[in-house]
Amino acid sequence: MSVRVVLHSPSGSRSFLERGLLLLVMLIFLEGTALTLGAASSPDISAQDNTGGHEHLDDHQGIAGSNDRTNYTYTKKAFPVLSLDYHHIQVPFEISLWVLLASLMKLGFHLIPRLSSIVPESCLLIVVGLLVGGLIKLAGEEVPPVLDSNLFFLCLLPPIILDAGYFLPIRPFMENIGTILMFAVVGTLWNAFFVGGLLYAVCQIEGTYLSQVELLPCLLFGSIISAVDPVAVLAVFEEIHINELLHILVFGESLLNDAVTVVLYHLFEEYSGAGEVTPMDVVLGVICFLIVSLGGIAVGAIYGILAAFTSRFTSHTRVIEPLFMFVYSYMAYLSAEMFHLSGIMALIACGAVMRPYVEANISHKSHTTVKYFLKMWSSVSETLIFIFLGVATVAGPHAWNWTFVSVTVILCLVSRVIGVVGLTFIINKFRIVKLTTKDQFIVAYGGLRGAIAFSLGYLLDKDLFPMRTMFLTAIITEIFFTVFVQGMTIKPLVDLLAVKKKQEAKRSINEEIHTQFLDHLLTGIEDICGHYGHHHWKDKLNRFNKKYIKKCLIAGERYKEPQLIAFYHKMEFKQAIELVESGGGVKLPSAVPSQVSMQNIQPKKLPPPVAERALPQFTKGREEEIRKILRSNLQKTRQRLRSYNRHTLVADPFEDGWNDFLLKKQRLIELEKKMTEMSNYLTVPGAIPDSPTMCRARLASDPNAFYNIKASSDGVPTIQVDLASPQSPDSVNMLNEFSKEGATGQSLGQREGATGLGQREGADRDEDQGLMMKPAGKGEKGEGGNKNPGLMRCLSDPGPSNEDEEDEPFLP
Amino acid sequence: MGASQSARTEHEFQDLADRTGFSLEQIGNLNKRFRQLSKNEETLSRQDLASISALDNNPLRAQIINAFFDKRNLRQNEAGTVQVIGFEEFLMVMSHFRPAAMHITEEEREKLRREKLRFVFNMHDTDSDGTITLEEYRRAVEELLSKAGTIGQETAKAIADAAMLEVASTTRGKMEPDEFYEGITFENFLQILKTFDIETRMHVRFLNMDTATMRCGK
Repeated sequence: MSVRVVLHSPSGSRSFLERGLLLLVMLIFLEGTALTLGAASSPDISAQDNTGGHEHLDDHQGIAGSNDRTNYTYTKKAFPVLSLDYHHIQVPFEISLWVLLASLMKLGFHLIPRLSSIVPESCLLIVVGLLVGGLIKLAGEEVPPVLDSNLFFLCLLPPIILDAGYFLPIRPFMENIGTILMFAVVGTLWNAFFVGGLLYAVCQIEGTYLSQVELLPCLLFGSIISAVDPVAVLAVFEEIHINELLHILVFGESLLNDAVTVVLYHLFEEYSGAGEVTPMDVVLGVICFLIVSLGGIAVGAIYGILAAFTSRFTSHTRVIEPLFMFVYSYMAYLSAEMFHLSGIMALIACGAVMRPYVEANISHKSHTTVKYFLKMWSSVSETLIFIFLGVATVAGPHAWNWTFVSVTVILCLVSRVIGVVGLTFIINKFRIVKLTTKDQFIVAYGGLRGAIAFSLGYLLDKDLFPMRTMFLTAIITEIFFTVFVQGMTIKPLVDLLAVKKKQEAKRSINEEIHTQFLDHLLTGIEDICGHYGHHHWKDKLNRFNKKYIKKCLIAGERYKEPQLIAFYHKMEFKQAIELVESGGGVKLPSAVPSQVSMQNIQPKKLPPPVAERALPQFTKGREEEIRKILRSNLQKTRQRLRSYNRHTLVADPFEDGWNDFLLKKQRLIELEKKMTEMSNYLTVPGAIPDSPTMCRARLASDPNAFYNIKASSDGVPTIQVDLASPQSPDSVNMLNEFSKEGATGQSLGQREGATGLGQREGADRDEDQGLMMKPAGKGEKGEGGNKNPGLMRCLSDPGPSNEDEEDEPFLP
Repeated sequence: MGASQSARTEHEFQDLADRTGFSLEQIGNLNKRFRQLSKNEETLSRQDLASISALDNNPLRAQIINAFFDKRNLRQNEAGTVQVIGFEEFLMVMSHFRPAAMHITEEEREKLRREKLRFVFNMHDTDSDGTITLEEYRRAVEELLSKAGTIGQETAKAIADAAMLEVASTTRGKMEPDEFYEGITFENFLQILKTFDIETRMHVRFLNMDTATMRCGK
């Protein structure tokens, strides 16, 4: 039953129910489609009477045009209240089921404690796949060919590669590009020929029953099995947190060897039919390789630039901004595949080229969307791939040949080790940071094979390659061996060898300054030495990029921004958001240094402001500063439509949150005045101006310091209050309670009291203060309810804390 | 060049190679460059370095040139600057940019790290008093952003302040409001750049072979 028929069925069934003039018109209207469908049947009718249904319907549709009345009386039956039509939804339903299964499995693994630290996820997923395949087989059903090559290459692979390409750490990648290319090109070639050639030799040995295997299929098999798989590598390496150098070496190799694999695959597949290779073919193969790889990169770069250029103009329709990036990248992949160029390289190039420009153009929200979508798609794809691999193992016809399989596994290991050691020997002559023996071991051991090899094997023509089944079995075994044995043991081995791990430290502004500093310094030294090394060329390229390309691809003035300033703005922005989110810095993460204020480093200190006078100005000055920063960073969100609109987002939550925040704070200040009369708990204890509390209160948290500088330049005496007081959890908890009751902004008004209370040393005193706070809070509530009806709303309102949660993803 | 003179230079070079760690070939190349820059004089002056046109676009031009004439970088434990440097001093400065050897122990790595960071530190510490003050840091960042136009100058101060705050808070922890952080000492400097792998990053590829003027048929 075709989909079109199914789609028409609702209107068909409706025609039985409604009897009106309107319906007659509709039926006449429907007649056109019914006739084109020929003897189409609406499914519920055919389900009800299987035998005569078709005749009836033919009649029905024939008469429908001429005489509707008779038609109705003729086919009149009870209207089916509930009917089942699984076929209607089968395909999308099953797809959703698979995705759901995959996601649930992923969820499950992370719920089981310690499981994911022992066994890599990829192994578990394959096992799940095996189980699911087994269940399907037990149920007596045909196991569906889930890991179909088209599905794999057109749907499952691109998200993973785009994710990898978009988040590719460009700097280490380019610094090691020579080594990566060496491993990817020469290493893969070596592996293919070594494995293929020796396999052929083994097959010729009497008694293996493999003498019918010829040389070219062997080489083809070698080229399929030799490529390191990016999906498997990513899955395993993400978990072992290896240092950046090794990660980029193995991962970069797995990405770039695609071109070699594609060319070798097509070459050997072609010649297996012809059966003869001339030197001319070899030359053509080399040219083909260059075209496939460079062409792939060119296609990707073109689409990347197009995407960047498009994103220049999306400032008015932010909702579809992320879509452009995905569509352009997918188009790049498809276009490359269309010419049998390397789609993987196209995607990598596209992602890497567009990223810096797109990021400067799109809004923070869109950027978050892009990030989340990429991560979501890639992780679902990855999960599905591994599950499907398991299912396909159960499904496929297998031809197990001990010799062939075991020789394959051994040869793969041997060739990988020889290849890596040999190539490193050559590469180390040119590298400044040499690869140690440990590094070599990890690179060799991390050469995992995966689903790409399986899909390529699956693509082989059965008639041309009678041993396809045996190849597939060997490929699956090799994949299982690498993923299970190597994937599971690599983590303990990394620990055992004490290989340097990745440092998870946040990048500090000092490091960023010195990165830039070093770049210029080294360029300068190279210039003094008088030779043009890679720093020199990098500098040239950077300046060209800044002068011409950025101007074309980045909207507005942002193209002028040097990297350091961009970094600084990002940091500043992040902190400003954190500040608003936490209602003025209550919950600043402890990672942010918050114990030193600008006063401590400024050579000329301002005279310490008087507490009473400083209070109103402090809030005002700081408020102004935060507002300024938010405004300059949020790309003029004010100009956006505030009403709901399908083409824009609902009014910006930052803006909303901010306004709420201000409003509530205004009220709070009023309230506070009254409160001062009522009780002394909530305000700064002005009576004891020299208490340690006040000294503490003058300390500023780190982000406040920026505002402080600016404020002080205006000549406004300011005071900074340290709200993040990790030493006194009590006060923080109190504040949280407060912000739950009232608005987040409320805490801003109250924090003087809280800080004063919380900052005092001594646990006993902390407790004291905590007790004191409670009546104060209650008193305030009652007070607000009585004296200010509007305040009640303010206090019962959940407040902008909800919106703050929405903002949370903006802090990457 | 006469035979006796070349023999003498060879001996000198060997001596320099032992002290600076460069290979003889690299020293030969650098010597050639030195003579080219100094216009065949024995010594190199600031003007000679300033005349390198490729440096014009470098925001750190002045700082780099200063580093070559800074006594602290010439492994003399005294402050101040010199007016001219000889080839040996030139090599000394250059040797800060040599890559690390393949097999080095942890101590050697730490020593190398300190050496390289000391060089950078000295570039920031313009008055050679052992600390980088806020003023000095601001000036360094301003210079770093000097090619960025007006935005650079406006932001430079804020960036330097933020960076200084970061240093103060990571090295000192909590500070009383009347305390004063006078500046980054070298120990602080080491501490904040702990995760910054300078030993693998601060190096220049000194060619073993002089590709520019291949000595053929000599």
